[in-house]
Amino acid sequence: MIAAFFDSIPAMILLTGILVGASGALLGSFLVLRGNAMLTDAISHSIVFGIIIVWLLTRQLSGPVQLIGAAATGVLTVVLTEALARSRLVKMDAAIGLVFPALFAMGVILISLYARDVHIHVDTVLLGEIGFVWLNTVTIWGQPVPVAVATLTAVLVINLGFVLGLWKELKLASFDPGLAAALGFAPAVLHYALLTLTSMTAVAAFDAVGAILFIAFVIVPPATAYLLTRRLWLMLVLSVALSIAACVAGYVLARVWDVSIAGMMASMTGLWFATALLFAPDRGLVAQALQRRAQALDHDCRALVAHLFTHQGTPEMAEENTQRALVDHLGWSRPRARAAILRAHDRALVERQGGLLSLRDKGVAEAELIFGTKGTNRG
Amino acid sequence: MLADLMASQIVRTVLVGAAMLGAISGMLGAFAVLRRQSLLGDALAHAALPGVCLGFLVAGARDLGSILAGAFLTGALAALAMMLITRTTRLKTDAALGIVLSVFFAVGVVLLTHVQATGGAASAGLASFLFGQAAAILASDLWIMGGIGLVALGLVLALWKEFKLVSFDADFARAQGFPVTVLEAMLTIMVALAIVVGLQLVGVVLMVALLIAPAAAARQWTNRLGMMVALSALIGAGSGAAGALISATTRGLATGPVVVLVATAAVLVSLALAPGRGLVWQALSARRARARISDGRILAAMQELAEAHDDPRYPAEQGMLGAALGKAPAPGQFDALERRGLIRAVTHAPEPTPHWQLTEAGQRAARSEEDDKT
Repeated sequence: MIAAFFDSIPAMILLTGILVGASGALLGSFLVLRGNAMLTDAISHSIVFGIIIVWLLTRQLSGPVQLIGAAATGVLTVVLTEALARSRLVKMDAAIGLVFPALFAMGVILISLYARDVHIHVDTVLLGEIGFVWLNTVTIWGQPVPVAVATLTAVLVINLGFVLGLWKELKLASFDPGLAAALGFAPAVLHYALLTLTSMTAVAAFDAVGAILFIAFVIVPPATAYLLTRRLWLMLVLSVALSIAACVAGYVLARVWDVSIAGMMASMTGLWFATALLFAPDRGLVAQALQRRAQALDHDCRALVAHLFTHQGTPEMAEENTQRALVDHLGWSRPRARAAILRAHDRALVERQGGLLSLRDKGVAEAELIFGTKGTNRG
Repeated sequence: MLADLMASQIVRTVLVGAAMLGAISGMLGAFAVLRRQSLLGDALAHAALPGVCLGFLVAGARDLGSILAGAFLTGALAALAMMLITRTTRLKTDAALGIVLSVFFAVGVVLLTHVQATGGAASAGLASFLFGQAAAILASDLWIMGGIGLVALGLVLALWKEFKLVSFDADFARAQGFPVTVLEAMLTIMVALAIVVGLQLVGVVLMVALLIAPAAAARQWTNRLGMMVALSALIGAGSGAAGALISATTRGLATGPVVVLVATAAVLVSLALAPGRGLVWQALSARRARARISDGRILAAMQELAEAHDDPRYPAEQGMLGAALGKAPAPGQFDALERRGLIRAVTHAPEPTPHWQLTEAGQRAARSEEDDKT
């Protein structure tokens, strides 16, 4: 059973994607909340430099040395970027954009000069080879397991331990860094711990999804979850679930269309995000548009009531308190006037007698509320 | 060596192309850096990848015109998506950048693999848009690049005042009735243009460096926008040309990364040496600041002597002050303090040696020095 699972190529590919997604989303949630999402971009690019340096020194493409060595470059990027921004010679955004392309360019040059024959190919660096993760295995308890799966499982356990163990601290430092500092939680230490783990995860995920698609796995599911909930724990659970769903759907579609598996998985996270952006309850674009329409209708309704109240019992009443007056005097379009009248009618504010509109008791009460006058109307 | 290189038609084409690209992206990057939108360039560059593939799919061949048009289109789409996300959700700019960058790139990867699986031999070169492939540039491509460059230059010159205002004080520009949103959109579109120009040479991944590095370097040398834009274009052109030449010397040395490294070196030099701002300059002025502190110590020592003698105008002998401070101050320092009106030279007959007395201002300065210490 277990052997069949680990020997199944699709299972291993899917498992790899899910492990990348889960370990990325756990950290990504905090990065998104803290406004550090683009540091992921910087880290995931510059670990290429670290990976090739460690390879040149040790000739190892994976394993703990590679994991720690290349992750150090990711942290180095953050340190350099922040030092540059602190010098106040360049702004933070420019500092990010100066440091990581430089390290990445150096990595690419080193690869093309010294590592052309090994499997680090510059295209792989960017796109990953999740379809081939099963080729490179390590034997654990007599069972060959893909190296990527073993490494990513270890990373996921570490990330999960970090998030669960420092839950309170992470939560506080993400939402109120000032208070966290004042209470002695050392948000700076937490910040670097988070980014160190992000670097390590990026290195572990590198073979499978490459340097750039990794960003999608870290940022997009948490950002999607952020649109759907305000609870931190739910955001984490949702983002992990969303990335698992993206992996499964992406794998299936990639098989059907014969395209990049990792690319399709990352694209699916984008699809989830677009869906949430449009249809999220309360905060989605559609919900926002509906709310705006309801508010506009409510407002028209109040304007109608006020209008009727002003003219009720006056000589102009016959002319003013009609649908026509709304169009001619208030400049409303005919459908807008109709919609407002219908709404007011539904809410039992007005009644129609022939062509004439008049306020019912509830409408009078509402008008008095609007004008702030209690008692009889002018008339 | 150089003459040999220049004799090659390909090298000359690449050289001119890289220099032109550097000039264009340097010029437009200056505005992006000032508006703190450096990383928008990164997102737009990555977002060009699906456009490259779509251009290829539509044209059915590696036709540069349609590929660049596609890249421009998806770049603009990415900019729109950015705006939509930041304006309608509570996600911060960095998250929006990351989402747009990675998702567009992922779609690009999917399209790329689709094209490669179905497009036959002609699609093989498409992956070169990831890192750029300088050698694939044709002399005719230079005309396209030059044309785009001229359009960008014309726009910058025509809308100079507006762009300047938007870059430094968008709120004020809005209050003055300038169409700020339109102008910002134009600047963004021009960044997308620069990216399109750079696709062939540098590729989508490293293009951001060519937008940021020349501008960040130029910023160190001047506080004037005109000077900065010109200098940025110049540094960009220089980096492009130098990078192209260096990469031509070694086989397998891709032009894009080398150009990026040259531009980064220009930033490092500027950060270190720029007058007034640079790190060397900062170190020098820090040293001067330390010297000024020892001015403060002289005043404090004189104040102590004055208090010990119960005479605020106590004339302190210069050599004695040196002994009190543990080290004799430079003779010029007393003159400098006198020029600042903090001490005055007095004679204390019958001694012929110079004596110094605190002025009112000097006493105040000495007291504030004391306060600082406690």
